[in-house]
Amino acid sequence: MTLNMTNRAEAWLPKLVLAPAVVLGFSFIYGFMIWNGVLSLSASRMLPNYEFVGLAQYARLWEMDRWWVALRNLLIFGVGYVGGAMLIGVFLAILLDQKIRAEGALRTIYLYPMALSFIVTGTAWKWILNPSLGLEKLVRDWGWTNFSFDWLVQTDTAIYCVVIAGIWQSAGFAMALFLAGLRGFDDNIIKAAQMDGASLPRIYWRVILPMLRPVVFSTLMVLSHLAIKSFDLVMALTAGGPGYATDVPATFMYAMSFTRGQIGLGAASATMMLATVAAIVVPYLYSELRSKPHDR
Amino acid sequence: MMMNKVRVTVVAAVAALVCTIAAAGEVEVLHYWTSGGEAKSLDVLKRAIEARGHRWKDFAVAGGGGDSAMSVLKSRVLAGNPPAAAQIKGPTIQEWAQLGVLANLDTLAQYERWDSLLPKVVADAMKYHGTYVAAPVNVHRVNWIWANPEVLRRAGVTEVPRTWEEFFPAAERIAAAGFIPLAHGGQNWQDFTVFEDVVLGTGGAAFYQQALVDLSPTALNSETMRASLETFRRLKRYTDPGSPGRDWNLTTAMVMDGRAAFQLMGDWAKGEFLAAGKVPGKDFLCVPAPGTASAFTYNVDSFAMFRLKGVEAQKAQGYLASAVMGQEFQEAFNLAKGSIPARLNMKMDKFDACAKTSARDFAATAKAGRLVPSIAHGMAVSPALEGAIKDIVSQYWNDDRFTTAAAMRALVEATQKKR
Repeated sequence: MTLNMTNRAEAWLPKLVLAPAVVLGFSFIYGFMIWNGVLSLSASRMLPNYEFVGLAQYARLWEMDRWWVALRNLLIFGVGYVGGAMLIGVFLAILLDQKIRAEGALRTIYLYPMALSFIVTGTAWKWILNPSLGLEKLVRDWGWTNFSFDWLVQTDTAIYCVVIAGIWQSAGFAMALFLAGLRGFDDNIIKAAQMDGASLPRIYWRVILPMLRPVVFSTLMVLSHLAIKSFDLVMALTAGGPGYATDVPATFMYAMSFTRGQIGLGAASATMMLATVAAIVVPYLYSELRSKPHDR
Repeated sequence: MMMNKVRVTVVAAVAALVCTIAAAGEVEVLHYWTSGGEAKSLDVLKRAIEARGHRWKDFAVAGGGGDSAMSVLKSRVLAGNPPAAAQIKGPTIQEWAQLGVLANLDTLAQYERWDSLLPKVVADAMKYHGTYVAAPVNVHRVNWIWANPEVLRRAGVTEVPRTWEEFFPAAERIAAAGFIPLAHGGQNWQDFTVFEDVVLGTGGAAFYQQALVDLSPTALNSETMRASLETFRRLKRYTDPGSPGRDWNLTTAMVMDGRAAFQLMGDWAKGEFLAAGKVPGKDFLCVPAPGTASAFTYNVDSFAMFRLKGVEAQKAQGYLASAVMGQEFQEAFNLAKGSIPARLNMKMDKFDACAKTSARDFAATAKAGRLVPSIAHGMAVSPALEGAIKDIVSQYWNDDRFTTAAAMRALVEATQKKR
């Protein structure tokens, strides 16, 4: 009898303990996703209402020049930020992996930007890149009076400043992940390859990097979701300006829903962001998770 | 049985407690005036309420130029628990009133004869279908140009330009003397503020009304609008490269420090000058923006009153509305805020020269029917339309490839679609 009770408790307890988290997770993540979807089909303006208007909000969204600018910026930022941070990260990791002196100190220095919030990064780079305060003024004061670096204030190039600040923030993080991956390998692999007469760059390119695939996968996942939901960096660095030249979907959504009283339109843009994330993440997850058992 | 008895006692005790509280109503006021001077001037209101035996509950939500406060307000109203009053202005008052959540202040307004105390345009903005739902706090004048007389003297410019035609030669001379002619903070609302000054100065109050308040396609597509846009773009050459993204108060500091000659900004800029110990007329000049001496773009802050449950709460809310309109508060608050009282015919002895000019022009333009609402500060059109126009104006300012013809087309399109 007692044994039976204990058994039953053992069977139920984990489920019982997990239940609140599952319920909260479902209602707050999926419930609000659904609510957002419903709002995007409604005529909601300042406050939510449920007058059904079909896809009218989406039609309006895709007609807006500002939304297209936001999407183009997301593409530039996403590719530049994720690609740049990973390239620099892998390069730094390989350099640090050469058993150099003071590695611990260097590693910490490179990783430090990650400890800052994007707001701090954005504000600092806003000053650095401002032509009349930062880099341009400094170099001119040193005597190169023709030096010009005004990307931040030009409509066409401001988004690249966001990319630069983003890479600065995240390259160290990518480096740490890659370094951990590199440390996981047996030295014998490298030695064996060296015996076969392969040069060091060749070993990294043909042997080590392919083996880093799982690390690439996790880094890509972490960085790309940061890219898609990026909001604070843009807000602090440019606030979407000049004009709306550096608007990204997240800042667009905020402006529409909370400043302009266009909750329906904001919800439609949020749904499009969700669809973008899903379009990238779902196939990738699917292929990665499915192919794993065969690799082993 | 026992349980029931206990419950009854508890209910009675709670009821007694609630009654003693309820006898003194509570006014909860949602606002985003959190800077030192502003917060202090609200004390006058607080004292007026407490003198009547009611309780004041401060509900300040800082940040985002009121965006955060509005988000909080929305959730409170949706939950059926609105504050007594909230800082809401312009056409947004109408949007809240449409939802049926605002209180009717007509009895008080009739008793205190608000209609005769307020200029008609201001009174109309406080009403929904002819019923008062809000009380005005202050009037900011937006069409000011702030100037540094020392910079003008060194550049050999004898007076602040009165028209846009006069502005450009003056700007050339200032630039030649090595100063920045126009201090401008390149944030979209500041771009929009300058634009509205240019439209008012180029086309006059009647044109401004047609183009930026009534949004008439003919006006938006007219030669006057083309001229306004071109003048607006021409101004950009006289700003400095560090302008994009700069905050308005840092921009004001450039005029204050003698790095720049002019700034186009509403009279909250005066607060910056005064806080730095500068004297109007001597250290800085306030003149209506070029071409707008006989016009007045107003930005009126107001408290919208929400419909409350309970007689005492409503009574306290009535005192609040009455105190907001009272002379004491209107004077104290506006002395701190840099604006002028919304109430007409107040004594202006304690105010500075800029505010006196502002008050005189306000009364005169009100009489002549030339008061116009500031579109850049949420007074003229709904937030959605304002945002759409602001996007176009700011893009036009920043992107030289955006042609004037394309901008006019975009303006007409944006304003017609969302009707």
